[in-house]
Amino acid sequence: MKHFNITKFSVAIFILFLIVGCASTQKQLLDSDASQLQLRSIQSRAFDTTDKEKTLRAIIATLQDLGFVIDKADATLGSVTATKLDRYALRMTVTVRPRGDKQLLVRANAQYELTPVDDPEPYQHFFAALQKAMFLAAHNVD
Amino acid sequence: MLLKDKSLNLKQFSLILFSLLFLVACHSRIPPEALKLDSESLQKRQLQTRVFQTNDEAKVLAACSALLQDLGFNIEESESELGVIVGSKDRSAVSAGKVVGSLLLGVLTGVYVPWDKNQKMRTCVVTKPSGEEKKNIAVRVTFQRIVWNTQNQITIREGLTDPEMYKEFFDKLSKSLFLEANEAF
Repeated sequence: MKHFNITKFSVAIFILFLIVGCASTQKQLLDSDASQLQLRSIQSRAFDTTDKEKTLRAIIATLQDLGFVIDKADATLGSVTATKLDRYALRMTVTVRPRGDKQLLVRANAQYELTPVDDPEPYQHFFAALQKAMFLAAHNVD
Repeated sequence: MLLKDKSLNLKQFSLILFSLLFLVACHSRIPPEALKLDSESLQKRQLQTRVFQTNDEAKVLAACSALLQDLGFNIEESESELGVIVGSKDRSAVSAGKVVGSLLLGVLTGVYVPWDKNQKMRTCVVTKPSGEEKKNIAVRVTFQRIVWNTQNQITIREGLTDPEMYKEFFDKLSKSLFLEANEAF
């Protein structure tokens, strides 16, 4: 009973491929399996400042501290994109936009190799580093 | 006997299955420390940063841009409002020793062994007002590279951290700033 024959083995492998195999194009394009609201709260923090330029400069400095090389930065749009190469490739885009009259909302999203990063932990680390550079506390947003 | 050869025991089956799942699975996990500041972060920052006694950020940025051109980089992206210049260049990654090694190994094993062929080197220079009264300009530069082999596969992806590179860069930047200041060229 402990032995499988090749046919059974192949069928088992085929079924497994179907189960494990990568997502459809639409799912890949729109990352539709992640909860939009949950992702936003994981990836966003509010800071008590309205100085967009200072915030963007702090983001750039933080990304450099974390070993990233900047790919793009746009002061008008308020976005910075950077890549970290350390045997792996990690790409990150951080955007800044006003939240009410007194706050700025910083949103970060990362891509590790070919997958989106949706764990809360890496983002917590990122914002911990950013609030040090900002000399301001990062507030969670709901 | 033939039937026995064609069958697998449970242990082999599990092992093959495990390796296959490992290969097929889409979700590779981000290393937990990837976005964490570590003890080396500060050290690297010091290595990659120099402070210049001027408050003219535009002048320092122009000197950096001229220096990147001196070093053969093409400017890919710049945002002077934030003090950012991004440059890259493509260079050969062929080293004679590795080619000979690959060829020898190829002859011995009868299998083609690829060697490193091209590399893309990327850099980013960031200027930032620093000091208590923002009277100085800090310049931080970072380098990284991607290497491809003769079969166009990526073999190396790394940040470059050799202190000598940074020392030479900043020596040249001091010269470039001096040239800019005097409008020699």
